[in-house]
Amino acid sequence: MPGPFDTPDPVKQTPPALPPGQEPSAIRKFLLSRGSSALADRGFRWLMIGCALSIFAIVALIATELVMRSQLTIAKFGLKFFFGTAWDPVNGDFGALPFIYGTLVSSAVALVIAVPLAVGVSIFITEMCPKFLRGPLSFLTELLAAIPSVVYGLWAIFVLVPLLREHVNPVLMKLFGWSGLFVEPNFGIGMLAAGVILSIMILPVISSLTREVMTSVPHSQREAVLALGATRWEMIRMGVLRNARIGIVGSIILGLGRALGETMAVTMVIGNRPDIVKNLLAPGYSMASVIANEFSEASDDMYLSALIEIGLALFIVTIIVNALARLLVWAVTRGAPARVN
Amino acid sequence: MGVGIQVDNLNAWYGSNHTLLDINLHIPANQATALIGPSGCGKSTFVRCLNRMHETNPVAKVTGSVRIGEIDIYADASPVEIRRRIGMVFQRPNPFPTMSIYDNVASGLKLNGFRNRRVTDEVVERSLQQAALWDEVKNDLKKKSGASLSGGQQQRLCIARALAVDPEVLLMDEPASALDPVSTAKIEDLIFQLKSQYTIVIVTHNMQQAARVAERTGFFLSGKLVEFDSTHKIFTNPGDKRTEDYITGRFG
Ligand SMILES: Nc1ncnc2c1ncn2[C@@H]1O[C@H](COP(=O)(O)OP(=O)(O)O)[C@@H](O)[C@H]1O
Ligand SMILES: [Mg+2]
Repeated sequence: MPGPFDTPDPVKQTPPALPPGQEPSAIRKFLLSRGSSALADRGFRWLMIGCALSIFAIVALIATELVMRSQLTIAKFGLKFFFGTAWDPVNGDFGALPFIYGTLVSSAVALVIAVPLAVGVSIFITEMCPKFLRGPLSFLTELLAAIPSVVYGLWAIFVLVPLLREHVNPVLMKLFGWSGLFVEPNFGIGMLAAGVILSIMILPVISSLTREVMTSVPHSQREAVLALGATRWEMIRMGVLRNARIGIVGSIILGLGRALGETMAVTMVIGNRPDIVKNLLAPGYSMASVIANEFSEASDDMYLSALIEIGLALFIVTIIVNALARLLVWAVTRGAPARVN
Repeated sequence: MGVGIQVDNLNAWYGSNHTLLDINLHIPANQATALIGPSGCGKSTFVRCLNRMHETNPVAKVTGSVRIGEIDIYADASPVEIRRRIGMVFQRPNPFPTMSIYDNVASGLKLNGFRNRRVTDEVVERSLQQAALWDEVKNDLKKKSGASLSGGQQQRLCIARALAVDPEVLLMDEPASALDPVSTAKIEDLIFQLKSQYTIVIVTHNMQQAARVAERTGFFLSGKLVEFDSTHKIFTNPGDKRTEDYITGRFG
């Protein structure tokens, strides 16, 4: 039974003549009766192009919507909105800088903690761990990704914050107080707590991808380094990490993306105060948090417009950070081609 | 300068697969020694026992003794120390794709913490010249990646990389089997040049190659060393029927 796509091609050539008495097989007949499928192929191509374009469309739509809805504050403050430090809904004075600062700093803290940890976990799992532990350990790290962020927030409030306040922060203040990054007041909640909880949340993202790229480094690369007389660590550095570095940076970018946009867990521990201070123990605020916290209470149009423009700022910051990261990858890998195989 | 290798009662396993059975032989210093034999007879396993690469396989096991010069490599030293003295070239070229040609050759020095730039420059040039690659790459030493070269060039780069750390022994596991005849000839010339300074052990499938480059030849079969003698004797008047069958191509 020919289906709707099986209509014979109008310009089909006649099949080559067969020796007398020999019939083509059923399959051969079916294949000969099929058209060139050029139409279906073209259709498929346009479908794929459409899928790709829809991504641009969605991004453009989000951007225009954010701009349209924040007309009030854009008209009133202009570019100064992004550099202003005031947040005074009562008098209608708005600036996004403390939130941008909070988002960037908490994400940076998260990366500083999560990247070495994730790379270490990956090295252990791919290069050192006994075989029977490999599966369970990978599974456990990935499980961290499945926990809802509000649960992280609760855990942070009940476990992490007291731990920081009682045990970790006093040590940090004593050792690194001179840097100005760790000084009183020590509430437990604040920028550092937000960074720590974010680091736990992005750990599985970074480590699972890092592990994948490290496993995919060919065995011959490890042997080449070992045969030169490398120790295990030297082999990992020269034979594995070096070959995997693009993938590792890629995984870090993904983790960073998650950290920049994370809302719930951060809100619960960051302290929610729009200040710009160097002290990591002091409370701060982030873009995603302020939108989530204040959207329902935004009573007038100017306030609402300001919150939506914060969303626009988050959108722009995310784009800039991603672009910078990509630039970094490009700069690192210029010169020698970086791909294995 | 190369040193001799004395192998006594060497046995090796992959899991329960007894791959090498009681190998005894002496590989003389500053000569090329060829190892021939059908696929799967244990040639690679044998050379990998000489620089303790065999044990990097988690199911591998080895017993017996291997003395390289004065050192019993399984008793007196760590694998890392051993491998610093023994260079190895693998069947498939494995240059480091993320490093330039220069860095590839210098990698062994860098790895071992050698920092002197001027000496490194000299060593890189000398090694590339020894590997007959210098003229082809001297203009883009730091511009091109090790992976951007042709297969034959990559293999010579790997040889240069092994030579840069000035090994006493050079192990080559079918170094030319993935290469075209021109590159193969270059590598054979190279072995010819190098063997006055290094002890070379070369595994090969190609009997003419063994006859051309090696003073001594060993014939492996099913994990045993059937015969080990001067190359001339092996190829003109073998002492064992199985060797004769193999080199005359009458092998099952
Ligand atoms: N990585 C490995 N794991 C298990 N068995 C292996 C491995 N490598 C080789 N063997 C086995 O060891 C024997 C000898 O192999 P090999 O030394 O590679 O032979 P050759 O180099 O002479 O072709 C073969 O029977 C092969 O099946
Ligand atoms: Mg082999």
